[in-house]
Amino acid sequence: MSTLTTKTVRVDALARVEGEGAFHVKVKDGKVEEAELRIYEPPRFFEAFLRGRSYAEAPDITARICGICPVAYQMSAVHAMEEAFGVQVTGPLRELRRLLYCGEWIESHVLHAFLLHAPDFLGYADAIQMAGDHPDLVTQALRIKKAGNDIVALLGGREIHPINVRVGGFYHIPKRREWDKIVEELKWARDAMIELVRWTGQLPFPDFAQDYEFVALRHPDEYPFNEGRLVSNRGLDIPIAAFEEFMVEEHVAHSTALHAAIKGRAHYFVGPLARYSLNFDRLSPLAQATAQEAGLGTECRNPFQSIVVRSVETLYAIDEALRILADYPQPDAPCVPYTVQAGVGHGCTEAPRGILYHRYVLDEQGLIVAAQITPPTAQNQATIEADLRAFVEPRVHLPLNELTWQCEQAIRNYDPCISCSTHFLRVEMEKD
Amino acid sequence: MTAKHKPRLAVWKFASCDGCQLSLLDCENELLAVTGQVEIAYFLEASRAVLEGPYDVSLVEGSITTAGDAERIREIRDASKFLIAIGACATAGGIQALRNFADVREFTTAVYAHPEYIDTLKRSSPIAEHVFVDFELRGCPINKYQLVEVINAYLHGRRPNIPTYSVCMECKLRGAPCVMVSAGIACLGPVTQAGCQALCPAYGRGCFGCYGPMETPNTAALTAWWREQLGMEPETIRRALRTYNAGSEAFRKESEVYEHAHD
Repeated sequence: MSTLTTKTVRVDALARVEGEGAFHVKVKDGKVEEAELRIYEPPRFFEAFLRGRSYAEAPDITARICGICPVAYQMSAVHAMEEAFGVQVTGPLRELRRLLYCGEWIESHVLHAFLLHAPDFLGYADAIQMAGDHPDLVTQALRIKKAGNDIVALLGGREIHPINVRVGGFYHIPKRREWDKIVEELKWARDAMIELVRWTGQLPFPDFAQDYEFVALRHPDEYPFNEGRLVSNRGLDIPIAAFEEFMVEEHVAHSTALHAAIKGRAHYFVGPLARYSLNFDRLSPLAQATAQEAGLGTECRNPFQSIVVRSVETLYAIDEALRILADYPQPDAPCVPYTVQAGVGHGCTEAPRGILYHRYVLDEQGLIVAAQITPPTAQNQATIEADLRAFVEPRVHLPLNELTWQCEQAIRNYDPCISCSTHFLRVEMEKD
Repeated sequence: MTAKHKPRLAVWKFASCDGCQLSLLDCENELLAVTGQVEIAYFLEASRAVLEGPYDVSLVEGSITTAGDAERIREIRDASKFLIAIGACATAGGIQALRNFADVREFTTAVYAHPEYIDTLKRSSPIAEHVFVDFELRGCPINKYQLVEVINAYLHGRRPNIPTYSVCMECKLRGAPCVMVSAGIACLGPVTQAGCQALCPAYGRGCFGCYGPMETPNTAALTAWWREQLGMEPETIRRALRTYNAGSEAFRKESEVYEHAHD
């Protein structure tokens, strides 16, 4: 309802995001009183029913938290278990895990950038409508997405909830010749993606650079997927095992909700913008050059430009997959041996949407005693709300339907994965 | 369904991971052909355009876990000519049906700081427990080619051609060696419905039951074999039966045999 002095923007079912959420913005006398991203996905209690399950089941079970980024859940889970058992997966098996992650980044980023996000910039309700006027854009994007899915399908067994990942490595290693067609397709995709990065660079972006504390993994010589230290642009530099020491969920004054924050500091921001801004120097030369051609600097603080950053990361993932496949490492065995023992393990890997943290406490039989899972969108929720607030204030004069669509677009900038965030269920408690 | 009026397709979500509806967007080669045949009337994961019902075909992903959702599925049923439940959550309650074997209040306290705010039912239940379902497409996740087959079948007024035999059949068709006989690996394939092309055995691991029980499964014979030939512990057998289709009758009942069993 809107009057001259108050305006309420309410979208009860947010479209083109993964999972179900809503947002609610309340403006009074030109000032934003409330800005809430509400998650109404019903809880599924993963951390509760993981107790008593075997360590070996965690990669497959936690994959079911999210059908969009199951590989991320599998990777964080296996790394946590391997830390608990004191085993390291190195060499060819490590490269193959990276390859699998490349596949997930490609399919997830292209899905979001071109099928969910791009329609906002061109004024369409969805990619299917957009395909009517821009058939080449949509068919190219679908083909690149498929190239990513083909990697996951061959190495993981299938695109959604892959079956080939296990603690210590894989169950089965595909032969080099099985990759021939995919390599050809990836070569095509690399050229096509360069064009698409340029295309995203010329989209109209509102001037909305924010002053974020970015948090991402940083590795000595790679753009981060599976390993590294947690760093920020304001001096955070910790091993992943210290995640819970430094990252807290805090009560904030204006809300009953818990917000993720760095202890003693404000909320932080994870995901493509953070990764890119903290790791530009680790991108391949091709990805760096194409990013700069598309108008990006070495950091990016405008969430509307996340479509460009996702496209650059997609190009990087294609480039990296081709690098790994050019020198296809055939491991001696699909899996390294390990001894099950009691202990605590931490895993933190770069899901397409940002750092995904797992911690498990295991007993001497390898049964899970306690599990903690912190997905990226849960960590970003406070940032998304703060941005929404800043975004709405100078735009309160807009007609309600226009403002609503712009707010929807602002939220889609973050590619919020609400299915993942159900651990972080927010409960609205508005008292009048 | 005349040529003038394209049939209306709606995609609905309940408690789930989004993976089964993503299968539709993963039909990269078929997506634009499918959307040429139907009008996407409601598919929030893909579009902000929402059309009022009635809908010719509703695809329903996810399980019922809240009182509000139990109400919402009735409204969707009323607005839909055909209602198809897709995936293990919608057809068996999903992995979240593990709460059905536990105390959901204890689960809530274990996960959430403010359990009093959490609105949830004691059980996670499949769609068919609440409304009439025209067809159940199994899988965790579903097979996207089976999904296209089912949509096609309902648009053309015929029964979908979805086999209900076991994974073993697909294993033989694929020429994969039996992992139980050849490698002593526990496999749910003999009692699990086909649909994955025997994916796990082909990758050298045992089937873990993504597609739920086959038609008339002999679960007792399988678990007896596991115990005798593989020396599996009751607790391990129980866990193997309690994953994504733990809520299906056949897997649930067999798992209860091993609930308090001891060696």
